[in-house]
Amino acid sequence: MMEEASGLKKALDGGGFVITAEICPPRGSDTAGFLAKARLLKDRIVAANVTDNQRAVMRLSSLACSVLLLREGVEPVFQMTCRDRNRLAVQSDLLGAWVLGIRNILALTGDHVSFGDHREAKAVYDLDSVQLVHTVDVLNHGKNLKDRALGNGTGFFLGAVVAPGAEPFEPEWIKFRKKVEAGARFFQTQAIFDMERFKRFFDDAETFGAKILGGILLLKSAKMAHYLNSNVPGVKVPRELVEELEKAPEGGAQLEKGIEIAARQVKELKGFCHGAHIMAIGQEESVPKIIAMA
Amino acid sequence: MIITKKKAAQDILKRLKGKKTVHLFGCGSCAEQCRTGGERELVEMAAMLRDNGYEVTGSSLLDETCYNQLVRKEYRTNPAAGRADAVVVLACGAGVKTVASNADETQPILPALDTTFLAVVESQGRFFEGCSLCGECVLDSTGGICPHTECPKGLLNGPCGGVANGMCEVNTENECAWVRIYSRLKKQGRLALLMEYSPPKDHSAGIRPRKLCLR
Repeated sequence: MMEEASGLKKALDGGGFVITAEICPPRGSDTAGFLAKARLLKDRIVAANVTDNQRAVMRLSSLACSVLLLREGVEPVFQMTCRDRNRLAVQSDLLGAWVLGIRNILALTGDHVSFGDHREAKAVYDLDSVQLVHTVDVLNHGKNLKDRALGNGTGFFLGAVVAPGAEPFEPEWIKFRKKVEAGARFFQTQAIFDMERFKRFFDDAETFGAKILGGILLLKSAKMAHYLNSNVPGVKVPRELVEELEKAPEGGAQLEKGIEIAARQVKELKGFCHGAHIMAIGQEESVPKIIAMA
Repeated sequence: MIITKKKAAQDILKRLKGKKTVHLFGCGSCAEQCRTGGERELVEMAAMLRDNGYEVTGSSLLDETCYNQLVRKEYRTNPAAGRADAVVVLACGAGVKTVASNADETQPILPALDTTFLAVVESQGRFFEGCSLCGECVLDSTGGICPHTECPKGLLNGPCGGVANGMCEVNTENECAWVRIYSRLKKQGRLALLMEYSPPKDHSAGIRPRKLCLR
Protein backbone atom coordinates (compact mmCIF):
# COMPACT_ATOMS: atom_id res chain seq x y z
CA MET A 1 0.00 0.00 0.00
CA MET A 2 2.82 2.36 0.94
CA GLU A 3 4.22 2.48 -2.57
CA GLU A 4 0.89 2.89 -4.30
CA ALA A 5 0.46 6.13 -6.17
CA SER A 6 -2.65 8.29 -6.20
CA GLY A 7 -5.54 6.64 -8.02
CA LEU A 8 -7.07 10.08 -8.46
CA LYS A 9 -4.00 11.24 -10.35
CA LYS A 10 -4.03 8.09 -12.47
CA ALA A 11 -7.68 8.60 -13.34
CA LEU A 12 -7.23 12.26 -14.23
CA ASP A 13 -4.09 11.56 -16.27
CA GLY A 14 -6.01 8.78 -18.03
CA GLY A 15 -8.28 11.43 -19.51
CA GLY A 16 -11.61 9.98 -18.41
CA PHE A 17 -14.25 12.03 -16.62
CA VAL A 18 -13.47 11.75 -12.91
CA ILE A 19 -16.03 12.00 -10.13
CA THR A 20 -15.17 12.74 -6.50
CA ALA A 21 -17.50 13.47 -3.61
CA GLU A 22 -17.09 14.77 -0.12
CA ILE A 23 -17.95 13.11 3.16
CA CYS A 24 -18.11 14.94 6.45
CA PRO A 25 -16.66 13.25 9.56
CA PRO A 26 -18.99 12.65 12.52
CA ARG A 27 -19.17 15.01 15.48
CA GLY A 28 -18.16 12.34 17.97
CA SER A 29 -16.41 9.00 17.81
CA ASP A 30 -19.28 6.91 16.42
CA THR A 31 -18.09 6.20 12.89
CA ALA A 32 -20.91 3.88 11.79
CA GLY A 33 -22.73 6.49 9.73
CA PHE A 34 -19.54 7.76 8.18
CA LEU A 35 -18.50 4.24 7.18
CA ALA A 36 -21.95 3.46 5.79
CA LYS A 37 -21.65 6.51 3.53
CA ALA A 38 -18.17 5.41 2.49
CA ARG A 39 -19.46 1.96 1.52
CA LEU A 40 -22.25 3.53 -0.45
CA LEU A 41 -19.81 5.62 -2.47
CA LYS A 42 -17.18 2.94 -2.90
CA ASP A 43 -16.59 2.00 -6.55
CA ARG A 44 -18.95 4.77 -7.68
CA ILE A 45 -16.43 7.58 -7.26
CA VAL A 46 -12.68 7.78 -7.79
CA ALA A 47 -11.94 9.42 -4.46
CA ALA A 48 -13.75 10.88 -1.48
CA ASN A 49 -12.79 14.18 0.14
CA VAL A 50 -12.82 14.24 3.92
CA THR A 51 -13.64 17.70 5.21
CA ASP A 52 -11.51 19.30 7.93
CA ASN A 53 -13.66 20.82 10.68
CA GLN A 54 -15.81 22.28 7.94
CA ARG A 55 -17.45 25.62 8.70
CA ALA A 56 -15.15 25.69 11.77
CA VAL A 57 -17.35 23.15 13.54
CA MET A 58 -15.30 20.67 15.58
CA ARG A 59 -15.54 17.11 14.28
CA LEU A 60 -13.57 13.90 14.17
CA SER A 61 -10.17 14.47 12.55
CA SER A 62 -10.03 14.54 8.76
CA LEU A 63 -6.74 12.62 8.89
CA ALA A 64 -8.23 9.83 11.00
CA CYS A 65 -11.33 9.65 8.80
CA SER A 66 -9.14 9.53 5.69
CA VAL A 67 -7.42 6.46 7.14
CA LEU A 68 -10.83 4.91 7.89
CA LEU A 69 -11.72 5.40 4.22
CA LEU A 70 -8.50 3.68 3.14
CA ARG A 71 -9.44 0.65 5.27
CA GLU A 72 -12.81 0.57 3.51
CA GLY A 73 -11.08 0.57 0.15
CA VAL A 74 -12.14 4.13 -0.70
CA GLU A 75 -9.36 6.47 -1.80
CA PRO A 76 -9.37 9.58 0.38
CA VAL A 77 -8.59 13.20 -0.44
CA PHE A 78 -7.37 14.51 2.90
CA GLN A 79 -8.60 18.08 3.21
CA MET A 80 -6.28 20.25 5.25
CA THR A 81 -7.08 23.80 6.29
CA CYS A 82 -4.74 26.48 7.63
CA ARG A 83 -7.09 27.44 10.45
CA ASP A 84 -6.19 24.88 13.11
CA ARG A 85 -2.48 24.08 12.71
CA ASN A 86 0.76 26.02 12.72
CA ARG A 87 3.53 25.13 10.28
CA LEU A 88 4.99 22.45 12.56
CA ALA A 89 1.66 20.66 12.94
CA VAL A 90 0.94 21.05 9.20
CA GLN A 91 4.16 19.36 8.15
CA SER A 92 3.99 16.75 10.86
CA ASP A 93 0.38 15.81 9.97
CA LEU A 94 1.27 15.71 6.27
CA LEU A 95 4.12 13.28 6.92
CA GLY A 96 1.78 11.28 9.14
CA ALA A 97 -0.84 11.16 6.40
CA TRP A 98 1.75 9.94 3.91
CA VAL A 99 3.02 7.07 6.04
CA LEU A 100 -0.57 6.05 6.77
CA GLY A 101 -1.16 5.64 3.04
CA ILE A 102 -2.95 8.88 2.12
CA ARG A 103 -1.96 10.04 -1.36
CA ASN A 104 -4.15 13.09 -2.09
CA ILE A 105 -4.19 16.42 -0.30
CA LEU A 106 -6.58 19.28 -0.79
CA ALA A 107 -5.14 22.50 0.66
CA LEU A 108 -7.62 25.13 1.85
CA THR A 109 -7.61 28.32 3.88
CA GLY A 110 -10.46 27.15 6.12
CA ASP A 111 -13.58 28.95 7.29
CA HIS A 112 -12.98 31.48 10.04
CA VAL A 113 -13.64 30.31 13.61
CA SER A 114 -16.29 33.01 13.96
CA PHE A 115 -18.62 30.84 11.83
CA GLY A 116 -18.21 27.73 13.91
CA ASP A 117 -19.08 26.22 17.26
CA HIS A 118 -15.87 27.31 19.05
CA ARG A 119 -15.98 31.04 18.36
CA GLU A 120 -13.60 31.88 21.19
CA ALA A 121 -10.81 29.76 19.64
CA LYS A 122 -7.59 31.25 18.31
CA ALA A 123 -7.62 31.08 14.52
CA VAL A 124 -4.12 29.99 13.53
CA TYR A 125 -3.52 30.78 9.85
CA ASP A 126 0.23 30.52 10.40
CA LEU A 127 0.24 29.60 6.71
CA ASP A 128 -2.23 30.68 4.05
CA SER A 129 -3.52 28.36 1.34
CA VAL A 130 -0.80 29.27 -1.18
CA GLN A 131 1.87 28.74 1.46
CA LEU A 132 0.20 25.44 2.40
CA VAL A 133 0.37 24.30 -1.23
CA HIS A 134 4.04 25.32 -1.25
CA THR A 135 4.61 23.36 1.98
CA VAL A 136 3.18 20.15 0.51
CA ASP A 137 5.28 20.71 -2.60
CA VAL A 138 8.42 21.15 -0.49
CA LEU A 139 7.69 17.90 1.39
CA ASN A 140 7.08 16.25 -1.99
CA HIS A 141 10.64 17.28 -2.85
CA GLY A 142 12.01 15.59 0.25
CA LYS A 143 12.58 18.72 2.30
CA ASN A 144 10.89 20.62 5.06
CA LEU A 145 10.02 24.31 5.17
CA LYS A 146 13.47 25.06 6.59
CA ASP A 147 15.05 23.49 3.50
CA ARG A 148 16.28 20.55 5.51
CA ALA A 149 16.51 17.25 3.63
CA LEU A 150 14.18 14.67 5.18
CA GLY A 151 15.66 11.50 3.74
CA ASN A 152 12.20 10.46 2.61
CA GLY A 153 9.56 13.04 2.01
CA THR A 154 6.12 12.61 0.51
CA GLY A 155 4.67 12.11 -2.95
CA PHE A 156 1.21 13.61 -2.60
CA PHE A 157 -1.06 14.41 -5.49
CA LEU A 158 -1.61 18.01 -4.53
CA GLY A 159 -4.84 19.87 -4.94
CA ALA A 160 -6.30 23.24 -4.08
CA VAL A 161 -9.54 25.14 -4.35
CA VAL A 162 -10.66 27.91 -6.66
CA ALA A 163 -13.86 29.97 -6.74
CA PRO A 164 -14.69 30.54 -10.42
CA GLY A 165 -17.67 32.69 -9.40
CA ALA A 166 -15.69 35.08 -7.18
CA GLU A 167 -16.54 38.75 -7.54
CA PRO A 168 -14.27 40.57 -8.32
CA PHE A 169 -12.65 37.71 -10.20
CA GLU A 170 -9.16 38.98 -11.01
CA PRO A 171 -7.70 38.65 -7.46
CA GLU A 172 -9.07 35.08 -7.33
CA TRP A 173 -7.58 34.36 -10.75
CA ILE A 174 -4.19 35.65 -9.61
CA LYS A 175 -4.40 33.44 -6.53
CA PHE A 176 -5.32 30.44 -8.70
CA ARG A 177 -2.18 31.02 -10.75
CA LYS A 178 -0.08 31.35 -7.59
CA LYS A 179 -1.43 28.02 -6.39
CA VAL A 180 -0.47 26.40 -9.70
CA GLU A 181 3.00 27.95 -9.47
CA ALA A 182 3.32 26.73 -5.88
CA GLY A 183 2.65 23.16 -7.02
CA ALA A 184 -1.11 22.52 -7.15
CA ARG A 185 -1.88 19.87 -9.77
CA PHE A 186 -5.62 19.54 -9.39
CA PHE A 187 -8.41 21.89 -8.36
CA GLN A 188 -11.83 21.25 -6.92
CA THR A 189 -13.95 24.33 -7.40
CA GLN A 190 -16.52 25.96 -5.19
CA ALA A 191 -20.10 25.25 -6.20
CA ILE A 192 -20.85 26.17 -9.80
CA PHE A 193 -24.24 27.34 -10.93
CA ASP A 194 -23.33 29.53 -13.87
CA MET A 195 -22.07 26.91 -16.29
CA GLU A 196 -21.23 29.33 -19.12
CA ARG A 197 -19.08 31.41 -16.86
CA PHE A 198 -17.44 28.28 -15.50
CA LYS A 199 -16.70 27.07 -19.02
CA ARG A 200 -14.86 30.32 -19.77
CA PHE A 201 -12.88 29.92 -16.55
CA PHE A 202 -12.11 26.30 -17.41
CA ASP A 203 -10.84 27.16 -20.88
CA ASP A 204 -8.40 29.70 -19.43
CA ALA A 205 -7.44 27.63 -16.39
CA GLU A 206 -6.79 24.46 -18.36
CA THR A 207 -3.93 26.13 -20.21
CA PHE A 208 -1.99 26.16 -16.92
CA GLY A 209 -1.85 22.37 -16.95
CA ALA A 210 -3.81 21.65 -13.78
CA LYS A 211 -6.73 19.23 -13.70
CA ILE A 212 -10.04 20.78 -12.75
CA LEU A 213 -13.06 19.17 -11.13
CA GLY A 214 -16.14 21.34 -11.19
CA GLY A 215 -17.88 21.65 -7.82
CA ILE A 216 -21.49 20.47 -7.80
CA LEU A 217 -23.53 21.27 -4.73
CA LEU A 218 -26.67 19.24 -4.16
CA LEU A 219 -29.59 21.60 -3.57
CA LYS A 220 -31.71 19.71 -1.06
CA SER A 221 -34.60 22.20 -1.09
CA ALA A 222 -35.68 25.63 -2.26
CA LYS A 223 -35.11 26.78 1.30
CA MET A 224 -31.48 25.72 1.09
CA ALA A 225 -31.06 27.62 -2.17
CA HIS A 226 -32.41 30.77 -0.51
CA TYR A 227 -30.11 30.21 2.46
CA LEU A 228 -27.08 29.85 0.20
CA ASN A 229 -27.93 33.02 -1.64
CA SER A 230 -28.16 35.08 1.51
CA ASN A 231 -25.47 33.42 3.62
CA VAL A 232 -22.73 31.76 1.59
CA PRO A 233 -20.25 34.04 -0.12
CA GLY A 234 -19.43 33.37 -3.74
CA VAL A 235 -22.45 31.08 -4.22
CA LYS A 236 -25.30 32.41 -6.30
CA VAL A 237 -28.11 30.01 -7.13
CA PRO A 238 -29.81 31.47 -10.22
CA ARG A 239 -33.50 32.28 -10.04
CA GLU A 240 -34.43 29.66 -12.66
CA LEU A 241 -33.04 26.90 -10.45
CA VAL A 242 -34.73 28.26 -7.32
CA GLU A 243 -38.03 28.36 -9.20
CA GLU A 244 -37.49 24.85 -10.52
CA LEU A 245 -37.08 23.65 -6.92
CA GLU A 246 -40.04 25.68 -5.68
CA LYS A 247 -42.35 24.09 -8.26
CA ALA A 248 -41.85 20.73 -6.58
CA PRO A 249 -43.77 20.19 -3.31
CA GLU A 250 -41.65 20.66 -0.19
CA GLY A 251 -39.90 17.62 1.21
CA GLY A 252 -38.81 14.57 -0.74
CA ALA A 253 -39.95 15.96 -4.09
CA GLN A 254 -37.67 18.99 -3.78
CA LEU A 255 -34.75 16.74 -2.95
CA GLU A 256 -35.55 14.66 -6.03
CA LYS A 257 -35.56 17.86 -8.09
CA GLY A 258 -32.22 18.84 -6.55
CA ILE A 259 -30.77 15.47 -7.48
CA GLU A 260 -32.06 15.95 -11.02
CA ILE A 261 -30.46 19.41 -11.22
CA ALA A 262 -27.13 18.12 -9.88
CA ALA A 263 -27.17 15.24 -12.35
CA ARG A 264 -27.87 17.67 -15.17
CA GLN A 265 -24.92 19.81 -14.08
CA VAL A 266 -22.59 16.81 -13.90
CA LYS A 267 -23.76 15.85 -17.39
CA GLU A 268 -22.93 19.34 -18.65
CA LEU A 269 -19.49 19.12 -17.08
CA LYS A 270 -18.92 15.81 -18.86
CA GLY A 271 -19.04 17.75 -22.10
CA PHE A 272 -15.83 19.71 -21.46
CA CYS A 273 -14.39 19.38 -17.94
CA HIS A 274 -11.92 16.95 -16.35
CA GLY A 275 -14.36 15.89 -13.70
CA ALA A 276 -16.94 16.76 -11.09
CA HIS A 277 -16.70 17.06 -7.33
CA ILE A 278 -20.06 16.45 -5.69
CA MET A 279 -20.82 18.10 -2.37
CA ALA A 280 -23.99 16.60 -0.93
CA ILE A 281 -23.54 18.01 2.61
CA GLY A 282 -25.07 15.27 4.74
CA GLN A 283 -27.09 13.79 1.89
CA GLU A 284 -24.29 11.53 0.59
CA GLU A 285 -26.78 8.70 0.03
CA SER A 286 -28.05 10.69 -2.96
CA VAL A 287 -24.66 10.77 -4.68
CA PRO A 288 -24.97 7.36 -6.41
CA LYS A 289 -28.30 8.49 -7.86
CA ILE A 290 -26.79 11.74 -9.16
CA ILE A 291 -24.00 9.77 -10.80
CA ALA A 292 -26.40 7.21 -12.27
CA MET A 293 -28.61 9.93 -13.77
CA ALA A 294 -25.74 12.02 -15.15
CA MET B 1 -2.98 55.41 19.71
CA ILE B 2 -3.78 52.49 22.04
CA ILE B 3 -7.45 51.63 22.40
CA THR B 4 -8.91 50.49 25.69
CA LYS B 5 -12.40 49.61 26.86
CA LYS B 6 -13.89 49.55 30.32
CA LYS B 7 -14.11 46.33 32.26
CA ALA B 8 -17.40 45.51 33.95
CA ALA B 9 -17.62 46.96 37.48
CA GLN B 10 -18.13 43.52 39.00
CA ASP B 11 -14.84 42.31 37.50
CA ILE B 12 -13.02 45.13 39.31
CA LEU B 13 -14.96 44.70 42.56
CA LYS B 14 -14.28 40.96 42.57
CA ARG B 15 -10.55 41.61 42.98
CA LEU B 16 -11.04 44.33 45.60
CA LYS B 17 -12.74 42.04 48.11
CA GLY B 18 -11.30 42.49 51.59
CA LYS B 19 -9.69 45.86 50.77
CA LYS B 20 -10.86 49.18 52.24
CA THR B 21 -8.92 52.02 50.60
CA VAL B 22 -8.30 52.47 46.88
CA HIS B 23 -6.14 54.88 44.89
CA LEU B 24 -6.86 55.54 41.20
CA PHE B 25 -4.55 56.19 38.28
CA GLY B 26 -5.84 57.58 34.98
CA CYS B 27 -3.97 58.38 31.79
CA GLY B 28 -4.11 61.74 30.03
CA SER B 29 -2.97 60.27 26.74
CA CYS B 30 -4.66 57.44 24.82
CA ALA B 31 -7.14 56.39 27.53
CA GLU B 32 -8.38 59.96 27.91
CA GLN B 33 -8.92 60.19 24.15
CA CYS B 34 -10.96 57.02 23.99
CA ARG B 35 -12.93 58.08 27.05
CA THR B 36 -11.81 55.33 29.36
CA GLY B 37 -9.21 56.93 31.61
CA GLY B 38 -9.55 60.73 31.72
CA GLU B 39 -10.85 63.07 34.42
CA ARG B 40 -14.49 62.15 33.87
CA GLU B 41 -13.86 58.41 34.02
CA LEU B 42 -11.80 58.80 37.21
CA VAL B 43 -14.74 60.61 38.84
CA GLU B 44 -17.15 57.90 37.68
CA MET B 45 -14.87 55.15 38.96
CA ALA B 46 -14.48 56.84 42.35
CA ALA B 47 -18.28 57.16 42.66
CA MET B 48 -18.78 53.52 41.75
CA LEU B 49 -16.22 52.39 44.31
CA ARG B 50 -17.72 54.59 47.05
CA ASP B 51 -21.19 53.22 46.23
CA ASN B 52 -19.76 49.80 46.89
CA GLY B 53 -18.30 50.76 50.26
CA TYR B 54 -14.70 51.57 49.38
CA GLU B 55 -12.83 54.68 50.43
CA VAL B 56 -11.13 56.34 47.46
CA THR B 57 -8.08 58.04 48.93
CA GLY B 58 -7.11 59.95 45.80
CA SER B 59 -6.56 59.83 42.08
CA SER B 60 -3.61 60.63 39.82
CA LEU B 61 -4.12 61.66 36.21
CA LEU B 62 -0.68 61.49 34.63
CA ASP B 63 0.15 62.84 31.18
CA GLU B 64 1.33 59.35 30.22
CA THR B 65 0.90 56.46 32.60
CA CYS B 66 3.22 54.24 30.55
CA TYR B 67 6.17 56.52 31.43
CA ASN B 68 8.14 54.98 34.25
CA GLN B 69 9.57 58.30 35.43
CA LEU B 70 6.16 59.96 35.69
CA VAL B 71 4.71 57.09 37.72
CA ARG B 72 7.76 56.87 39.95
CA LYS B 73 7.55 60.61 40.65
CA GLU B 74 3.83 60.29 41.48
CA TYR B 75 4.47 57.55 44.03
CA ARG B 76 7.30 59.64 45.55
CA THR B 77 5.40 62.93 45.75
CA ASN B 78 1.91 61.61 46.53
CA PRO B 79 2.15 59.32 49.57
CA ALA B 80 -1.61 58.57 49.40
CA ALA B 81 -0.92 56.43 46.34
CA GLY B 82 1.43 54.13 48.23
CA ARG B 83 -0.75 53.92 51.36
CA ALA B 84 -3.93 52.65 49.67
CA ASP B 85 -4.84 48.96 50.11
CA ALA B 86 -5.11 48.64 46.33
CA VAL B 87 -4.71 50.68 43.16
CA VAL B 88 -7.11 50.68 40.22
CA VAL B 89 -5.53 51.86 36.96
CA LEU B 90 -7.59 53.37 34.14
CA ALA B 91 -4.94 53.01 31.44
CA CYS B 92 -3.77 50.52 28.85
CA GLY B 93 -1.89 47.38 29.88
CA ALA B 94 1.43 49.18 29.56
CA GLY B 95 0.16 51.80 32.01
CA VAL B 96 -1.03 49.16 34.49
CA LYS B 97 2.29 47.40 34.15
CA THR B 98 4.21 50.64 34.77
CA VAL B 99 2.21 51.36 37.92
CA ALA B 100 2.73 47.76 39.09
CA SER B 101 6.47 47.97 38.65
CA ASN B 102 6.66 51.18 40.71
CA ALA B 103 4.28 50.14 43.50
CA ASP B 104 5.43 48.28 46.55
CA GLU B 105 5.22 44.57 45.79
CA THR B 106 2.64 44.12 48.55
CA GLN B 107 0.18 46.55 46.94
CA PRO B 108 -2.28 44.94 44.46
CA ILE B 109 -2.56 46.85 41.15
CA LEU B 110 -5.78 46.20 39.24
CA PRO B 111 -6.62 47.07 35.62
CA ALA B 112 -9.93 48.85 35.11
CA LEU B 113 -9.65 48.53 31.33
CA ASP B 114 -9.06 45.93 28.65
CA THR B 115 -6.45 46.93 26.08
CA THR B 116 -7.63 46.11 22.60
CA PHE B 117 -5.72 47.54 19.64
CA LEU B 118 -3.37 50.04 18.04
CA ALA B 119 -5.56 52.48 16.17
CA VAL B 120 -5.70 54.94 13.38
CA VAL B 121 -7.71 57.90 14.68
CA GLU B 122 -10.09 58.55 11.81
CA SER B 123 -11.72 61.48 13.57
CA GLN B 124 -12.45 62.32 17.20
CA GLY B 125 -14.04 59.26 18.79
CA ARG B 126 -13.60 57.01 15.72
CA PHE B 127 -10.77 54.51 15.91
CA PHE B 128 -9.81 51.73 13.51
CA GLU B 129 -7.15 49.08 13.92
CA GLY B 130 -4.30 50.01 11.62
CA CYS B 131 -1.30 47.93 12.64
CA SER B 132 -0.69 44.61 14.38
CA LEU B 133 2.87 45.47 15.48
CA CYS B 134 4.06 42.35 13.68
CA GLY B 135 7.65 43.45 13.27
CA GLU B 136 7.77 42.74 9.53
CA CYS B 137 6.02 45.53 7.62
CA VAL B 138 4.62 44.57 4.21
CA LEU B 139 2.80 47.81 3.38
CA ASP B 140 5.32 48.50 0.59
CA SER B 141 3.81 45.71 -1.49
CA THR B 142 0.17 45.95 -0.43
CA GLY B 143 -0.72 49.48 -1.39
CA GLY B 144 -0.63 50.70 2.22
CA ILE B 145 -3.35 48.26 3.34
CA CYS B 146 -2.24 45.78 6.00
CA PRO B 147 -3.24 42.17 5.31
CA HIS B 148 -2.11 41.06 8.79
CA THR B 149 -4.42 43.55 10.40
CA GLU B 150 -7.26 44.19 7.98
CA CYS B 151 -7.82 40.59 6.84
CA PRO B 152 -9.33 38.57 9.75
CA LYS B 153 -7.31 35.56 8.60
CA GLY B 154 -4.11 37.55 8.08
CA LEU B 155 -3.63 36.00 4.64
CA LEU B 156 -0.55 37.04 2.67
CA ASN B 157 -1.19 35.77 -0.85
CA GLY B 158 -4.59 37.08 -1.82
CA PRO B 159 -8.24 36.80 -0.82
CA CYS B 160 -9.86 33.66 0.59
CA GLY B 161 -12.93 32.06 -0.96
CA GLY B 162 -15.13 34.05 1.37
CA VAL B 163 -15.25 37.24 -0.67
CA ALA B 164 -18.83 38.08 -1.54
CA ASN B 165 -19.14 40.92 -4.04
CA GLY B 166 -15.90 42.32 -2.72
CA MET B 167 -16.99 42.19 0.92
CA CYS B 168 -15.39 40.26 3.79
CA GLU B 169 -17.34 37.23 5.00
CA VAL B 170 -16.20 37.68 8.59
CA ASN B 171 -16.79 41.42 8.98
CA THR B 172 -19.56 41.77 6.46
CA GLU B 173 -19.62 45.57 6.64
CA ASN B 174 -15.98 45.74 5.51
CA GLU B 175 -14.64 45.52 2.00
CA CYS B 176 -12.23 42.57 1.70
CA ALA B 177 -8.70 43.78 2.51
CA TRP B 178 -7.31 41.83 -0.44
CA VAL B 179 -9.85 43.30 -2.84
CA ARG B 180 -8.77 46.73 -1.62
CA ILE B 181 -5.11 45.81 -2.01
CA TYR B 182 -5.88 44.57 -5.52
CA SER B 183 -7.72 47.77 -6.49
CA ARG B 184 -5.01 49.99 -5.05
CA LEU B 185 -2.16 48.15 -6.74
CA LYS B 186 -4.08 48.14 -10.01
CA LYS B 187 -4.41 51.93 -9.83
CA GLN B 188 -0.67 52.12 -9.17
CA GLY B 189 0.12 49.89 -12.14
CA ARG B 190 1.76 47.42 -9.72
CA LEU B 191 -0.51 44.36 -10.04
CA ALA B 192 2.58 42.25 -10.74
CA LEU B 193 3.27 42.47 -6.99
CA LEU B 194 0.18 40.33 -6.38
CA MET B 195 1.67 37.51 -8.45
CA GLU B 196 4.74 37.38 -6.18
CA TYR B 197 4.70 34.55 -3.66
CA SER B 198 4.75 35.86 -0.09
CA PRO B 199 6.50 33.34 2.16
CA PRO B 200 5.19 32.46 5.62
CA LYS B 201 5.71 35.21 8.15
CA ASP B 202 8.79 35.24 10.36
CA HIS B 203 7.27 35.16 13.83
CA SER B 204 10.71 35.12 15.41
CA ALA B 205 10.68 38.86 14.75
CA GLY B 206 8.00 39.13 17.41
CA ILE B 207 9.14 36.87 20.24
CA ARG B 208 7.87 38.33 23.48
CA PRO B 209 8.57 40.39 25.42
CA ARG B 210 10.03 42.75 22.82
CA LYS B 211 12.34 45.58 23.76
CA LEU B 212 14.24 48.52 22.32
CA CYS B 213 17.17 49.99 24.20
CA LEU B 214 18.72 53.04 22.58
CA ARG B 215 21.35 53.38 25.26
